[in-house]
Amino acid sequence: MSRGDKKGHYEEIEITEDLTLPKLLLRMAKKYGDRKVALREKEFGIWRPVTWAEYLKNVKEFALGLVSLGIERGDKVVMIGDNRPEGLYAEMAAMSVGGAGVWIFQDCLIDEVQYIVDHSDAKFYVAEGQEEVDKGLAIRDQCPKLKKIIWDDPKGMRHYDDPMLISFKEVQRLGRELDEKEPGLFEELVNQGKGDDICLLFYTSGTTGQPKGALLTHYNMLKMGQNLMRVDPCYDTDDFVSYLPFAWIGEQMMSISCGLQAGFTINFPEEPETAMENIREIGPHVMFANPRMYEQMVRNIQVKHLDATWLKRVAFNLAMKIGYHVADLKFAKKPIPWYWKALQYFAYLICHKKLKDHLGLSRIRHAYTGGAAMGPDHFRFFHAIGVNLKQIYGQTEIAGISVLHRDDDIKFDTVGKPIPETEVRITEEGEIISRSPSVFKGYYKNPEATAKTLRDGWLHSGDTGFIDADGHLVVFDRTKDIMVLSDGSKSSPQFLEARLKFSPYIKDAWVIGDKMPYVTAVICIDYNTVGKWAEDRGIAYTSYPELSQKPEVYELVKKAIVEVNKTLPPAAKIKRFVNLYKEFDPDDDELTRTRKLRRAFVAQRYKEIVDGLYSGVEMIHIDTTITYEDGRISHIKTDLRVQDVPES
Amino acid sequence: MVEKGDEVILKVENLYKTFGGVAALTGVSFEVKRGEIFSIIGPNGAGKTVTLNCINGLYKPDRGKIYLNGKDITRLSPHRRAALGLARTFQKIELFSGMTVLDNIRLGMHIHLKSGIFSGSVYVGKTAREEIEARRFIEEEIIDLLEIEHIRNKITGMLPYGLQKRVELARALALKPEVILLDEPMAGLNLEEVEDMVRFILDVNEEKRWQVTCILVEHDMGVVMDISDRVMVLNFGEKIAEGPPSEIQNHPEVIKAYLGEVEELYVTRR
Repeated sequence: MSRGDKKGHYEEIEITEDLTLPKLLLRMAKKYGDRKVALREKEFGIWRPVTWAEYLKNVKEFALGLVSLGIERGDKVVMIGDNRPEGLYAEMAAMSVGGAGVWIFQDCLIDEVQYIVDHSDAKFYVAEGQEEVDKGLAIRDQCPKLKKIIWDDPKGMRHYDDPMLISFKEVQRLGRELDEKEPGLFEELVNQGKGDDICLLFYTSGTTGQPKGALLTHYNMLKMGQNLMRVDPCYDTDDFVSYLPFAWIGEQMMSISCGLQAGFTINFPEEPETAMENIREIGPHVMFANPRMYEQMVRNIQVKHLDATWLKRVAFNLAMKIGYHVADLKFAKKPIPWYWKALQYFAYLICHKKLKDHLGLSRIRHAYTGGAAMGPDHFRFFHAIGVNLKQIYGQTEIAGISVLHRDDDIKFDTVGKPIPETEVRITEEGEIISRSPSVFKGYYKNPEATAKTLRDGWLHSGDTGFIDADGHLVVFDRTKDIMVLSDGSKSSPQFLEARLKFSPYIKDAWVIGDKMPYVTAVICIDYNTVGKWAEDRGIAYTSYPELSQKPEVYELVKKAIVEVNKTLPPAAKIKRFVNLYKEFDPDDDELTRTRKLRRAFVAQRYKEIVDGLYSGVEMIHIDTTITYEDGRISHIKTDLRVQDVPES
Repeated sequence: MVEKGDEVILKVENLYKTFGGVAALTGVSFEVKRGEIFSIIGPNGAGKTVTLNCINGLYKPDRGKIYLNGKDITRLSPHRRAALGLARTFQKIELFSGMTVLDNIRLGMHIHLKSGIFSGSVYVGKTAREEIEARRFIEEEIIDLLEIEHIRNKITGMLPYGLQKRVELARALALKPEVILLDEPMAGLNLEEVEDMVRFILDVNEEKRWQVTCILVEHDMGVVMDISDRVMVLNFGEKIAEGPPSEIQNHPEVIKAYLGEVEELYVTRR
């Protein structure tokens, strides 16, 4: 398909202090009406379009429904569920009547849901289906401010008749009734909004302690989208697939800020399990995902490659060689000779074209990664197959983005340059601070944290970094995570972990070494890949814990570590490691919901392992408990083997 | 809960079946009411699957009668019984393993499609409408219900066992049955898959759209006692008890014949 090359239309809008997201929605609905598709959802096997006029109608009815249920300006509406049009309607509806949206990660445990619902003073809880409704019902006694629980998927809801429950459709019906009684009320409510009103209360997935609620205004969100698109415009002919949680700022940034300004089509997958397939069907032009998604793509390719026939492997290896060479020339900003261009086209024909098609990246113009560190190996890989992958840096507190790679200026060890209207500086201590129109208002009900983060309009990130000779920002790591090695040099554990994760057999890694005599690692193997590897070799196993402790698997991981060690300075080389008996999991508080490692927590939880790694023992005895998503707890007793990594 | 009326939907009268010299069923009679979940339990070789096979026509009983909705179906061939609204799943999966999930399900629905070879090959008018309606039914009522969107185009034989079991149920539902015979739907599933399967069976049984009467042969006593309205116990081809789960659990003969052994089964599951 060549639609990706055809440039659509993008006109920058003027963002005044009066402009709000709902006002923009009204404007877009007027402009495009029924002539253009705003949203698309795959349902019952068919992509079903929603035009801009229908989008507005749904938002309007739900908003007025909330009004008849008693929502007031400034009230919070909590939303939980998969990405789907109803979620977006609810969010826009809350904003339309002067309220603020609060998104909760769908897989949050009941305690987390309760904390956010209670702390945000939410009055409404918009759930997707039975599972989310159950969570809502379980916490309502602890959240007295909660008035109604709204659901939209009727499956399994036939026995629920609690007066607190109301269906999405019923709310919309109430809205239609109110609209008949008071026509024009919706527009009036929208017009009361100001750019400085809070539109989102965003709970950040802190790697330490309870989540904090960042207050973002319409102006914050609009400005961020505008400044992003000043670098990389999106067009109204573009397609975007919304499949990462709305509770992640990156998804809000694309679906809300950019989507409304550029007018592109937002596509919702059928089910989370079908997301990858659906992305391929849509072939999006823009994509923003966390490194984990890209890591997963690379891992899929690596595994398929191992499985492929001889001829296919040869073609792949050849195409990758060419691709890497051209990508490296591009990174070095050297001209690409015509014969390399010809070879690149050849590589495209024999391999990269198909590869991109399978990943759904055939039409991609900009692919962004952000939220955590991504290893240089992954980065090179995507550029080698011709995907314009770029790093984004930002925080929820600055509406998601402040720094970005430019198309012709990509260095994979940096995160790029600040977007327009954004200043980035490094303090004397090396902390990255930034200032822009998108800097948030503060943390909800937490003035101490606000004062610590927001000083004279500068947002203090807590990240350590520097600005290199080309003016690129380099993010080293979270300041508190930086390791001081045995020789006094500093190292970033995140960087080492990202390098390790390029091995298809390693899903997660935790590198330890701050003020220690040497560096060690705790490895979570990838169950699928290693499992398949073991099957191919006839190694019997029954479970993750067992597989992880197989001597052959230890050898496999050791090889991967040796590979990474080759490129590291002596003090940063990993000397010992263990394979953990389970994967890191947000349900066990080991990862944040955006899948960042919570170091302080794991250091405490796996203290025995850390002690074992530095005491010279060969076996570490473990006795611990695991929590499942439904609250069940199970007890684990096992022995972990410690393995030394030989020099080179 | 759904009203479970007194109307008898399936009636089995004095069923006999022997294989060579072995008597598999000796005079079994029971009635299943519309809308209920009726379970048949018993030790291995008690005649549970033979009963199901007689009901859906795979075996011809030596004696006895079977009525569906008051109509004698004892001498009807299996596909005629299917057309009357009798579907089943199998203890060992009997899908077409080389075909996709969707094709397997479509096959289940085939019996309800009326267009012939000629009109089917041109796909206009009534045929097209029929096909579209069939597609809508399969997508909205079955695939969505059983949550198999992500595998609809996968080759069935490549799927994990638990999902294949779900596809079996999907294919049976495509028949739009009034009565569904489930032969050990939980066998070989892990705890999570069992929970899912129970949920689906309850959905099919209770959801307004379906309200299918279920006849369940199952060894997982936890499941049987939880979801059944009534339970019948067979032992060596004879009915030894019938009644609500609470009654069956305390029935002295049942305990003697069966439950002592089940205790172990029960333990291995958790």
